[in-house]
Amino acid sequence: MMAKFLPLLVIAVVLFVVLNLAAGLIWVERRLLALWQDRYGPNRVGPFGLGQIVADSIKLFTKEDWIPPFADKPVFVLAPAIVVATALISFAVVPFAPGFVIADLNVGILFLLAMSSLGVYSVVLAGWSSNNKYSLLGGIRASAQMMSYEVFMGLALLGVVILAGSFRLTDIVEAQRGMWFVIPQFLGFILFLIAGVAETRRLPFDLAEAESELIAGFHSEYSGMKFGMFFVGEYIGVILISATIALLFFGGWLGPVLPPAFWFGAKTMFFICLFILFRAGLPRPRFDQLMSWGWKVLLPLALINLLVTGAVVLARR
Amino acid sequence: MLSLVRSLWEVFRHAFARRVTVQYPEQKAYLSPRYRGRIVLTRDPDGGERCVACNLCAVACPVDCISLQATEDEHGRRYPEFFRINFSRCIFCGFCEEACPTYAIQLTPDTEMGEYKRKNLVYEKEDLMIDGPGKYPDYNFWRVAGVAIGGKDKGQAEKELVPVDTHSLLP
Ligand code: SF4
Ligand code: SF4
Repeated sequence: MMAKFLPLLVIAVVLFVVLNLAAGLIWVERRLLALWQDRYGPNRVGPFGLGQIVADSIKLFTKEDWIPPFADKPVFVLAPAIVVATALISFAVVPFAPGFVIADLNVGILFLLAMSSLGVYSVVLAGWSSNNKYSLLGGIRASAQMMSYEVFMGLALLGVVILAGSFRLTDIVEAQRGMWFVIPQFLGFILFLIAGVAETRRLPFDLAEAESELIAGFHSEYSGMKFGMFFVGEYIGVILISATIALLFFGGWLGPVLPPAFWFGAKTMFFICLFILFRAGLPRPRFDQLMSWGWKVLLPLALINLLVTGAVVLARR
Repeated sequence: MLSLVRSLWEVFRHAFARRVTVQYPEQKAYLSPRYRGRIVLTRDPDGGERCVACNLCAVACPVDCISLQATEDEHGRRYPEFFRINFSRCIFCGFCEEACPTYAIQLTPDTEMGEYKRKNLVYEKEDLMIDGPGKYPDYNFWRVAGVAIGGKDKGQAEKELVPVDTHSLLP
């Protein structure tokens, strides 16, 4: 009986934690950005301004949910759901602690990559169905950006896979008992970090929404909770990529004394903060710079990293 | 690439810098005495009304939010019968203060004049009048102006020469 309900319990806990964290990140991001800009950020509603999360959610829920008459209705409604769904499904393979994972797939990494690639459909479809030039431009940019950054995102991970000898995330974490993979795979880590930022469409790679050029790009026609879904989806994406980095390069839940879940949470939180620091500190590149960086610099680097790692592992045998 | 890392580091260091936000309702920002806020009508050092109802401020006002009616008291002093400023239109440009020949109308460093009803933003003379001389403590228009009023004839103002007696032949 217990064994039957345990996975359900795990799912419930994961959903609870991830969704609340995603909502909480609205507050975290604003406070951190403010900290780095010598401001305070939201600090009035409730203790430390935490009530801002509730206030923001109530605001989003009570806003008019407007679908423009010129939009392609079914697709328009579907698009925001895709981004949240794919990001949430990805958490199925993320191990939070030993044994605390919904589905310990033996191709966990591939599943992660596949799901985050599906997420781009959301952006492209949103841009397309909005029937608006800016949105369409945003959608096109997003698809081109994802396409080129996903290539070396996968390649950057392969170094880790070679070292661990498995695609299963729990195995990869266990393989880091001796040494975190960030040390032998430092280049891979940097590449994955860059690709991860691009994958979540966060600044400085937010060319798909680039409010100063495309007036919010793919979601300029969205309002109310549909807009909120894009935001929650983006935050879940940030959590996901941070968790992935922690798992693949920083030993996941491994750490002394304190419980494993704490170590995993702390490492994930660190990378979430790093994401926000990127937003606070970096300018947005031009689109052609983004593209040529992806294809001419990062992709060759990822290939070299893969070759060298493979060669070293072979020579060690 | 290195410059990006450097700028990230620079931004990160701001985590330990002092925050510049002024927590408004509890702490107040310093507003200089010349700040252009709520408008007041001031008085002479003697306590008399400074405004002579010359209408120059109303003319200078770019949004036409000042309205007044001139009248005269028993001493021959002009003063406004009513003086009304519609602060829902005022843009706090300070032109009225610059136009005023008597330093009567002055802008003050007070910005807390929010209201729930727009009508409450129309200030009448009794709302505008203050008891002091504002930024110019010594100036008294009627004492330097060469206008005869009750208790002060022509030639009795400060630094004013006695009027030339055109009937006399003496220099
Ligand atoms: S400050 Fe400017 S807008 Fe306001 S009453 Fe004076 S002249 Fe008019
Ligand atoms: S406030 Fe000054 S400018 Fe305006 S009517 Fe009175 S004296 Fe004239």
